[in-house]
Amino acid sequence: MKQPDVIVGIGGAAGDGVASAGNTLALSVARQGQAVYAYNSYQSVIRGGHSWLRLRISAEKPVNHGDQVDALIALNQDTLDRHLQELVPGGLALYNSAKMQPGHEPPVGVQLCPLPVPDLTPAYAKLPVMQNTVAVGAVIRLMGLDFTGLESVLGSTFAKKPQVVKVNVEAAKAGYDYAAAHFLPLSAQLRPTTQQWALVTGNELFAMGAAFAGCKFYCAYPMSPATHILEWFAGHGKQLGVCVRQVEDEISVINMTIGASHMGARGMCATSGGGLALMTEAIGLSGMLETPVVVINVQRAGPSTGVPTKTEQGDLNQAFGASQGDFPRIIIAPLSMPDCFTTPALAFNLADRYQCPVIILSDLLLSEGNETVDPEQLNVEFAIERGELITAAPDGDNGREAVSGEPYLRYKDTASGISPRAVPGVPGHIHVAASDEHDEDGVLISDVYTDTVRRKKMVDKRTRKMATVFEHLPAPKLEGSIDAEVTLVGWGSTWGVISEAVERLNREGISTSHLQIKVLVPFHVTEVSAILGRSRRVVVVENNQSGQFARHLRAETGITAHGHIRKYDGEPFEPKHIVAGVKKILEEKREVVDVLSTEAGWQTEHPTGTEGDWAGRLVPAAAVIT
Amino acid sequence: MATVTAVLEVKDFKAEVPPDWCPGCGDFGVLNGLFHACAELGRRPHEVLVVSGIGCSSNLPGFFRSYGVHSLHGRALPFATGAKLANHGMTVIVTGGDGDGYGIGLNHFIQAMRRNIDITYIVMDNETYGLTTGQVSPTSETGMITKTTPHGNLEGMLNPMALALASGCGYVARGFSGQPKHLQKLYTDAIRHPGFALIDVFSPCVTFNKHNSYEWFRKRVYRLEDSRHDPNDFHAAMDAALEWGEKIPIGLFYQNRSPRPSLHSQDPGLQAGVLVDQPLGVSKEQRRKLVEEFM
Repeated sequence: MKQPDVIVGIGGAAGDGVASAGNTLALSVARQGQAVYAYNSYQSVIRGGHSWLRLRISAEKPVNHGDQVDALIALNQDTLDRHLQELVPGGLALYNSAKMQPGHEPPVGVQLCPLPVPDLTPAYAKLPVMQNTVAVGAVIRLMGLDFTGLESVLGSTFAKKPQVVKVNVEAAKAGYDYAAAHFLPLSAQLRPTTQQWALVTGNELFAMGAAFAGCKFYCAYPMSPATHILEWFAGHGKQLGVCVRQVEDEISVINMTIGASHMGARGMCATSGGGLALMTEAIGLSGMLETPVVVINVQRAGPSTGVPTKTEQGDLNQAFGASQGDFPRIIIAPLSMPDCFTTPALAFNLADRYQCPVIILSDLLLSEGNETVDPEQLNVEFAIERGELITAAPDGDNGREAVSGEPYLRYKDTASGISPRAVPGVPGHIHVAASDEHDEDGVLISDVYTDTVRRKKMVDKRTRKMATVFEHLPAPKLEGSIDAEVTLVGWGSTWGVISEAVERLNREGISTSHLQIKVLVPFHVTEVSAILGRSRRVVVVENNQSGQFARHLRAETGITAHGHIRKYDGEPFEPKHIVAGVKKILEEKREVVDVLSTEAGWQTEHPTGTEGDWAGRLVPAAAVIT
Repeated sequence: MATVTAVLEVKDFKAEVPPDWCPGCGDFGVLNGLFHACAELGRRPHEVLVVSGIGCSSNLPGFFRSYGVHSLHGRALPFATGAKLANHGMTVIVTGGDGDGYGIGLNHFIQAMRRNIDITYIVMDNETYGLTTGQVSPTSETGMITKTTPHGNLEGMLNPMALALASGCGYVARGFSGQPKHLQKLYTDAIRHPGFALIDVFSPCVTFNKHNSYEWFRKRVYRLEDSRHDPNDFHAAMDAALEWGEKIPIGLFYQNRSPRPSLHSQDPGLQAGVLVDQPLGVSKEQRRKLVEEFM
């Protein structure tokens, strides 16, 4: 990155206000033209435990959360003990000295910044959370930004309570001034810009993007990490005229969504892997009725309940295999948060045009991560293409007979395989849509003794629909040289982190190119084969244990990757993991490299920190590769 | 869609495909009653949507001339709920059997009543699994011998009437396919009821349930209309729901005099009218405001 960046880590127990402190900080710096990428590593607990939020801040938009910590804000002793050793030389640790003290020496070159919070704000006596406000004020000063951004955020956050604004602004200013007087600023100083930023999560972008693309029906069952899509819709359904329902389970969710879509409303639903498992049968229903549906699956670490608050790219096989039989489906994995915004529009248009299910594969990293996006990039009017949809009868139709003597055939065996779809309510197009195999007129052929010809005809008709689909799907492109020593291949959310790893590898003299796959089904076999068939060393990077994408690549193209970098510890990749993985593959001729996130320097006996004496030990810099 | 009352006849609702049920099946009576009820109500076929699940009785939409969906086993109610919310101008009727609605789909049945979606639900209750050739069902009597309970059914019977009352259903009725005229009256009242309406219909399976035959029902059923039953009295309805044995009541058990508003009339997203009639997308000004929420 050409512009300086600062990575701030904020840690505390659930309930300490990690997320809201992070949000205040992110919005404040965004209002001074700084871009942010934030990732919160948290636990499935409401109180206690450990929550660790990293915000990467720079005038140049970061595309991942980086892999070091420049400034630590410790909201409790546990955080100070865990993360002090992670700070890089020149870094600093902010903490409330009335409540905590470092348990060990900081690394060389790291500045300790104790904040005497009770002396800085009288409100602390009643409101312990004021320590967060003081620390945010201090860190903003030490990054080289001025106070106005934070002041305006505190003003709008507590807009209805002037007294609360006053107390918070005073506390933040006290922290800001105290830091100026007592601590050395960070060596990387941020420069304000005039760029405006919207601070969003991937889930919010999915919801808003879908609404802009004409979503009229949204249904879900709460499941991490997809729940915030439902919450955004619930909060905006009334003003936007979207029917938003929370219902009993994901079986009901998807059947309702298909029901609404069947009538002509654009319907979407979202869940995580366990919910997708329940939706499985109805994904085939959408395929058989040829009723469009858009399903977002926000992956989390599985199997089963798995690790509900941790990220993984482990549901690829599930998405491929959801439902019995053969039928066309489309699977798209957005590459970035801005992509989360545009993908629902693409998915709706494809679902309508091809009358089939479209699955969007996100993951916790993408969906719950916070990122700044240029607001101009979000005020977009999407093209709404509904395909061959009949929503009104031709003039003169009396509502009781077929149009112009020709009977309407819902499943007409057309050359394209796409049959014009009349929605219920339209006169003259009465039909039954059936999950059983049916003929062109919708009448069941499933109970006929044997009707091989018509059965094959209908399977072929549905299959044929996909013949033109690549015209509407962007083909993947190689970034970098085809002659590079290494070609890194990823899919979905890992685009940002791989991009940065590629930059670093090239800088270190290992020529590296990058191919990121967004459309998983159907697969761009020709384009991908043309690129990877010429690559010198193909290395697949994916956030799962068994290499689900690498297997897909081999099945579709016959190309076997030379190397694999995999991670399945619950945490997302950081650039350093991929750089180290590539080196390991090159130096040791390894085929599979698993990388692991460790808290470098300090290991704990109580990883959850939820009970008992907190015991830990200092260890040398931990290995990140196994 | 405007509600137009047209003069319609039974033949307007008869599909070209004849029913494939066994001769003597109770479902014929259910279908006939529905033809007459829809003709009487004057809703035109394209304004009616019939949704079913899977099972012998769930083949009904294929024999009924209106828009129809033959959905998944047990999932007709969620499908129909989504359809009704998307186009509440349509009359939505759900048909199915006891296995479909009270077995695999039971959760959805309770939830649909709780959320009071304006759907008429007709359950052809034959106390057996007919399409799979005679296994035990949730409404099979305790002790009943079937292919999968060769030593007798160990489980208790599900009581759909009592369950519906307890779940807040505003229209709870039971019919007998041996009395199609009576059924027709229950259907028309149920479709007119502004909210979820249940009609459980004794619909004998002449092939796989030799126990609950037409004769068995004829000996036992009596009409609540012929007794002193007050269908607006919830507690009396519950007493009637618990009656089973030598005497079994049919007819209207309960109708809420001041029913709760139906779901579509309350949903905040539907205040502008029928969902599928609304324009798609969001205005530039509205988009700008939504984006500003993140700044």
